[in-house]
This record gives sequence, C-alpha cells and structure tokens, in this order.
Amino acid sequence: MKELNIEATPENIDTVIAFVDEQLEEYGCGMKAQMAIDVAVDELFANIAHYAYSPETGYATVRVDVIKDPLSVEITFIDNGVPYDPLANIDPDTSLSVEDRPIGGMGIFIVKKSMDLVNYEYKDGKNILTIKKNI
Amino acid sequence: MNVNVQKEGTKLIISVEGKLGTTTAPALEKAVKENISGVTELVFDFCKLDYMASAGLRILLSSAKIMKKQGPMKIINVSAPVMEVFNLTGLADVMDIETA
Repeated sequence: MKELNIEATPENIDTVIAFVDEQLEEYGCGMKAQMAIDVAVDELFANIAHYAYSPETGYATVRVDVIKDPLSVEITFIDNGVPYDPLANIDPDTSLSVEDRPIGGMGIFIVKKSMDLVNYEYKDGKNILTIKKNI
Repeated sequence: MNVNVQKEGTKLIISVEGKLGTTTAPALEKAVKENISGVTELVFDFCKLDYMASAGLRILLSSAKIMKKQGPMKIINVSAPVMEVFNLTGLADVMDIETA
C-alpha cells in the first residue's frame, strides 16, 4: 500500500494521477483499465480540490492498494472537508438529446459506471471515498 | 496537452493531443470559444488523445449545442478507451463520432 498526502488543488491532479499510475506500472495494467482509473482519479480529486475546503484549501490523502489474485486496484480518497457524498447525486439521463442535456453532472456518473466498486463513508470527520477496479 | 486549431474557410478542425482532464480542459475551451463564431463545420480530431474526463465532455457538449444552429460537428479518430466514456454517458448515441 502506498499513500500520498497532498494539497487538494486542481494543479495537483496530474501529480496524483502520476502517483497512481506509478503504483500500477509493474502489473501490466491494460490501456482501457488504466484510462478508466486515470479518469476516475481526475474526477474524484478534482471534486475534492473544488469543493471540500472551498474557499480555503486543505490536504487530501490518496491511498493505492494493489490486490493480487485476481488483480485489482483499490484507491481511497480521504479529506477533512465538508461532509459530501458524491454518490448521492442523481444520475444524469443518458437518453437526452444534445439540446436537452445539462452540461455538467457527468463526472461522478462516469466513475460509478467504469469502476467495479464505489463506496463512500463519513467517519471521524473525514470523507472517505473508495473505488475498486479489476484489472 | 496540445491543442491545434486549423481553419479552412468556415470549417474548423481542432486536434487535441495528450490528456484532456480537469487541468487541461480550459485550454480547449478557450480554443473553441475563440474560433467557433461563423463556423459551419466543426471537427475534433482525437487521434493523439490519451484520455478524456468529464471536463472534456462538457466542452464537446457545449460545442455541440452551439453547432446545432451552425452546422455539422463530428469527433474523429477516437480510441477505444476514449470511446468508452462516450458510451457510458450515452453521448455516443447523440453525437457524430468516428472511431480510430
């Protein structure tokens, strides 16, 4: 298990993605799974960076755990910001036309759809969001 | 990420290279905003795109809304992992997308 404690700012998203990718490197993770993971990390860390401590800033912890047999990765995002369950958002209507569709609200939905498990809990003053992807 | 803008009369071709995520999407948004006026055909070339997050989708969706009044828009050379994002959100059904 590897952990990164980093200031939750949009500028640090790429650093967090690189950190996660680094942990996966030796496992020969396929392109498709890798991209799904990178997108999920982008969405979730961006959410923390934009909302958890706004208008102040704060830190977040990103924990990566690679589980062997069957190979999967578990990534946990922890912050001390305002309690916020992103999974409580209503899923967008994917059948709507271009004209009728709202511009936002797709990020968490993509994470929910592309990961094998997504879990949220608020514990000891912390938001703890865990995603798991079989690779 | 690199954004390349090419104009042929009223046809606009925007090529995106690298990672289209939260931090890089504003550069693409700027390129679209600065060039979309008067465009009658818009093409996004994703040939060298590594990944796309929802920040990228938002720009494509807002561009598509504008182009509904101006002319056709299509996204070309889309890789399988990027196509997955279009499929998951149902945008693959309402946008003109060509896979690589």
